[in-house]
Amino acid sequence: MDTGLILYTAAFGLILIGSAGIVLSTHLVRIIFGIALLEAGANLLLLLATFREGSPAPIIVGGRVPATMADPVPQALVLTAIVIGVGILALALSLALRVQRAYGTLDIREVRQRLEQDIVDEAGIELPSSSDAPQAMVSRQEGQA
Amino acid sequence: MELLVLFIVVVMLCSAVAVLLLKDFLAALAAFSVVSLGLSVLFVILRAPDVAMTEAAIGAGLSSLLFALALRRLGLWRIKGQT
Amino acid sequence: MRRLSSALFLLGLGLLVAAIFQTMKFGNVAPIAGQAINAVAAQQVGAANFVTAVVLGYRGFDTLLELTILFTAATAGGLVLGKPRAGASHDPDSGFILRAGADLFFPLLLVVGLYIILHGHLTPGGGFQGGVILASAFFIPILARPGTTMDHRLVSMIEGLAGASFILIGLLAMLDGKEFLTPLLDKGELGALLSAGSLPLLYIAVGLKVGSELAGLLARLSETEAID
Repeated sequence: MDTGLILYTAAFGLILIGSAGIVLSTHLVRIIFGIALLEAGANLLLLLATFREGSPAPIIVGGRVPATMADPVPQALVLTAIVIGVGILALALSLALRVQRAYGTLDIREVRQRLEQDIVDEAGIELPSSSDAPQAMVSRQEGQA
Repeated sequence: MELLVLFIVVVMLCSAVAVLLLKDFLAALAAFSVVSLGLSVLFVILRAPDVAMTEAAIGAGLSSLLFALALRRLGLWRIKGQT
Repeated sequence: MRRLSSALFLLGLGLLVAAIFQTMKFGNVAPIAGQAINAVAAQQVGAANFVTAVVLGYRGFDTLLELTILFTAATAGGLVLGKPRAGASHDPDSGFILRAGADLFFPLLLVVGLYIILHGHLTPGGGFQGGVILASAFFIPILARPGTTMDHRLVSMIEGLAGASFILIGLLAMLDGKEFLTPLLDKGELGALLSAGSLPLLYIAVGLKVGSELAGLLARLSETEAID
C-alpha cells in the first residue's frame, strides 16, 4: 500500500471523526474538540492535494536551487488556515464559558430546553412542538385519564 | 518510509477517536495534543517545514493551552486540595 | 431519533468525501501556479523562503485579511468574556519551581521568538510562528504568579500600532504608483539577512501583532473567574 493511500485515509478519517464528534456529542466542550479535529483533517487534505514525490521543500539553502520544488501556494494557504483555526477555537471557548455562566450547564439538550423556555417566557407565545413530545404526551394522557 | 507514515497515521487516528470517547477532559486534551503532534510530523514528511512549525507551535502549544485554561475556568478540571 | 439521523448524515458525508477522493491523483500533480512562482520568485522577490514570498508578496492581501480575522476573533473573545470582577478569586500560589522556571524561560522564549520572526524570509518560520512564541513568552510569567494582571492598554496599543504599520507599508507602495503591498526597497543578496526588501519589516509587524493579540487573549481568559 503506497504512501498516498495511507495519507488520504488519514485525512478522510480525521474529517469523519471530527464530524462525528460535532454531530453526535452532547457536551459543548466535546463539540469544540470535534471542530478542532475537523479543521486539522481539512488542513491535511489541502496540503495533500499538490504533493509531488521526490521534490524538496520550497526553500533555497546554501545557494543551491533544485530542479523541481514543492508547491508553495497550498503551504501558504494552510499556514493561514491553521492560524484562523486557533482564533475560532478561542472564540468558541469564550462562548462556552458564557453559556455555562448563563445556564449553569454545558449539556446542549438542557441548554436548548432552557433557551426555548426563556423565549416562551419573554415573548409570551407558545412554541409549536410535536404532539409526541414528552410534556404533550403526559398532558394528553392526563386529559384522557 | 511507508512504515513510519503508517505508524504515525494509526497513532493519530486512534488518538482522534480517544478524544471523543474519553470521559476525563484532561485526558481528551492530551490525546488532542498527540493528534496535533502527529500531524506536524506528517507535514514534515510532506515537504512543508513552514506548515509543520506552525502546526507544532499553534496546535500542540497554543491550542492545548487555550483548552487547558478554559477547562480550569469551566470547572471540568479540578486540582485535589483546592476548593 | 437524533442518533439515527446523525448516523445517516455521517454515512452520507463519508460517501461524499470518498467520492471526492476517488478523483484526486496523488504524487504526480502538475502545480501550474506553483511552478511559475518557483521559477521567478528568487529574482522577483529576493526571498530564499518561497512560502514567505507567497504569503507576503504574491498573496499579501490574504495575509491582511487573516490578520483581520484574528483581530476580530480575539476582540470578540475578550468582549464575550467581560470584565473581571474586582476581588475575584484566583488560583492558589504556585511553587518556587514554577516561578524560577518561568523567570528562566522568559528571555529564552523572547530570543527564540524574535529569531524566528527576523529570519522568516531565509529559513522556515516567520511572523505567525514567532508571534505565537512571543505570546507564550509574555504569558508564562502571568501563569506562574497567579493574581498578577497584564497591562491590557499597552498590549492593545502595540497590537494597533503593528497592524497599522503593516497597512502603512502596504500603502507606501501606492505612493510610487505601484499596487497595494508590492514589496519595496532593495532586494539585496539572496540568503543574506537584509534581503527581500520590505518583507522582513512586514513580518515583524505581523509577529508583533499576533503575539500581543494572543497574549492579551490568554491573559483575559486566565483572569476570568472560575465558575463553581
